[in-house]
Amino acid sequence: MTATDISTKGDALVQIRDLHFVRGTRKIFKGISLDIPRGGICAIMGPSGTGKTTLLKLIGAQLKPSQGQVLFDGKDIHKLSRKGLYEQRKRMGMLFQSGALLTDLSVFDNVAYPLREHTSLPEKLIRHLVLTRLHAVGLRGARDLMPSELSGGMARRAALARALILDPMMIMYDEPFTGQDPISMGVLIELLHTVNDSLGLTSIIVSHDVQETLSIADYVHIVSDGVVVESGTPDEIRASESEWTRQFIQGLPDGPVPFQYPAPDYATDLYGRGGA
Amino acid sequence: MLDFLQNLGRRGLAFFERLGRGHMFLLRILGSLGQLIIRPWLVIQQLYSVGVLTLMIILVSGLFVGMVLALQGYNTLVGFNAEESLGVVVALTLVRELGPVVTGLLFAGRAGSALTAEIGLMKATEQLSGLEMMAVDPFKRVLAPRFLAGMIALPLLAAMFSAIGIYGGYLVGVELLGVDGGAFWSQMQASVDFSNDIINGVIKSVVFGFIVTWIAIFEGYDCIPTSEGVSRATTRTVVNASLAVLGIDFLLTALMFNV
Amino acid sequence: MNSRSVEILVGAFMALGIAALVMLALKVSNLASFGGDDGYEVHAYFEDIGGLKVRSQVAVGGVQVGKVTAIDYEMDSFRARVTMKIGSQYDSFPIDTAANIYTSGLLGEQYIGLEPGADIDYLAEGDTIEFTQSALVLERLIGQYLFSSAGK
Repeated sequence: MTATDISTKGDALVQIRDLHFVRGTRKIFKGISLDIPRGGICAIMGPSGTGKTTLLKLIGAQLKPSQGQVLFDGKDIHKLSRKGLYEQRKRMGMLFQSGALLTDLSVFDNVAYPLREHTSLPEKLIRHLVLTRLHAVGLRGARDLMPSELSGGMARRAALARALILDPMMIMYDEPFTGQDPISMGVLIELLHTVNDSLGLTSIIVSHDVQETLSIADYVHIVSDGVVVESGTPDEIRASESEWTRQFIQGLPDGPVPFQYPAPDYATDLYGRGGA
Repeated sequence: MLDFLQNLGRRGLAFFERLGRGHMFLLRILGSLGQLIIRPWLVIQQLYSVGVLTLMIILVSGLFVGMVLALQGYNTLVGFNAEESLGVVVALTLVRELGPVVTGLLFAGRAGSALTAEIGLMKATEQLSGLEMMAVDPFKRVLAPRFLAGMIALPLLAAMFSAIGIYGGYLVGVELLGVDGGAFWSQMQASVDFSNDIINGVIKSVVFGFIVTWIAIFEGYDCIPTSEGVSRATTRTVVNASLAVLGIDFLLTALMFNV
Repeated sequence: MNSRSVEILVGAFMALGIAALVMLALKVSNLASFGGDDGYEVHAYFEDIGGLKVRSQVAVGGVQVGKVTAIDYEMDSFRARVTMKIGSQYDSFPIDTAANIYTSGLLGEQYIGLEPGADIDYLAEGDTIEFTQSALVLERLIGQYLFSSAGK
């Protein structure tokens, strides 16, 4: 690798190099480069609409970048064949914001689904594996419920059990804390931690919930306007001297990101005859 | 004027882009059909939702359409003293035209819209992305089974529509209006040709099954993943599939019966 | 909805659909009546077959016994050659049976009416019916009528 390493801790599991992505006429990423270190929890933060979810989809190769590359464990994920890509995807789990459980299957069958698709294990062993995962997320008793009967937090936990069932080496969390009450938030943070530590995974969290994310992440990238604006450990981020970062971390209403959407001068707009 | 041309150009380009995407989509579906042989259960499940759940509306409509045909046909034929030909009129109308066409339209409204909404919702709730990330190809597990089920179900439904329609015609013509039952069936048998009429009707319904299901699952897969996008896609499915059925029916009829 | 009842319902649905197709094939269309090899073919020559078509009925005394399977024109004799298939259960028509082309009703379809003769030999596969009467063509009838009245 000749590219400059942003992270200095060990070799990176995911390396994003000069990634460009355009949706419609809008440039979402303008040459973003970042590393996700192996092991530990890495957070990608930024204001809404900066394409954090898009970045996860680019890492999972559900979207194709217009330029640049994503290396997962040393392989350029966008240059793989469909079969090769699916092999790599078995090694990554993804937790969607909505859980993305299959609505016509029960919780048990949802968690068992990847096993039934990719392995030919006997049903007894599948049951064993599924129940251990469900127990780990605290939903062993809810195995016969349908996804529509679960609360948002429970759906996310069930989805986590499903993402863990194939023993991936990396899990991507898309906005895991959004819209959770304090109790389920606490449960999720606790779960994320235990899962990451006990299974030795690499976790990527995409979020704009600053305090929760800073409390569990080992390393943070802050993304804005298509590029990485700041990287570091949570403490480094908290101590950042960048005004923009401080506004984001502390949630100040006005600062480098103005309260007003760009508009012509207020007085001329009110009294002027221009415009529609 | 230039604005008009630009608008036209943009719409034209968007239309052809969509058409191209639709065909690429179809190719991937067709490529994913083979693996269904080892997973028939997926198709059976879909046959239940596109076939069994559509059965009732097809049977009721078929019965009434047949009964109305007999009433109308009788009133016309009796003027020529030719009411014995009622069976022929009812059977040919149903087998050649109304069976496949009305079934196609009802199927677009009942099963097609349901397919679009279901797939659209799976997209909106990230279930399709979720499958992708579990290294499961949604074309193989979600789309191809629905496509095959639609193609199997529609011809069967059309045959049931025609069959029950003919019995409806019999009920009205023979039992109610007093046409001779023997003449009803024998004239029908003498005039309805197996390869010309029945087989062509079946071919029509297979083509309609193909078109309607294709449109329905493509609209679902291609929709904007919001609740508004899904509802728009559902409307588009019903409109486009109905128009396609009627337009293609004209083409097929011209090819089959007038050349 | 458990998988067993889904399977049963889908099975019933498929059976119903196939039954409807079979019903259309056997009860509605002509597939069952004199279809296949079940019968024997005889020929007849006509000066004029009018509107006779392949699949037209062949009837005796108003009862359908067969259908026309082929029509072609023979350049040697300048006559139309009609091939008809007669059901195997009607296997004892005398060899001097006559074939006439009739019209069912005033505007109806044309069909071949057989009139059994009195010979002791029976018609068999490949035989030719000798006594035929062509179709009545309306224009020719009117022409004959005008011609004969003009001659008076």
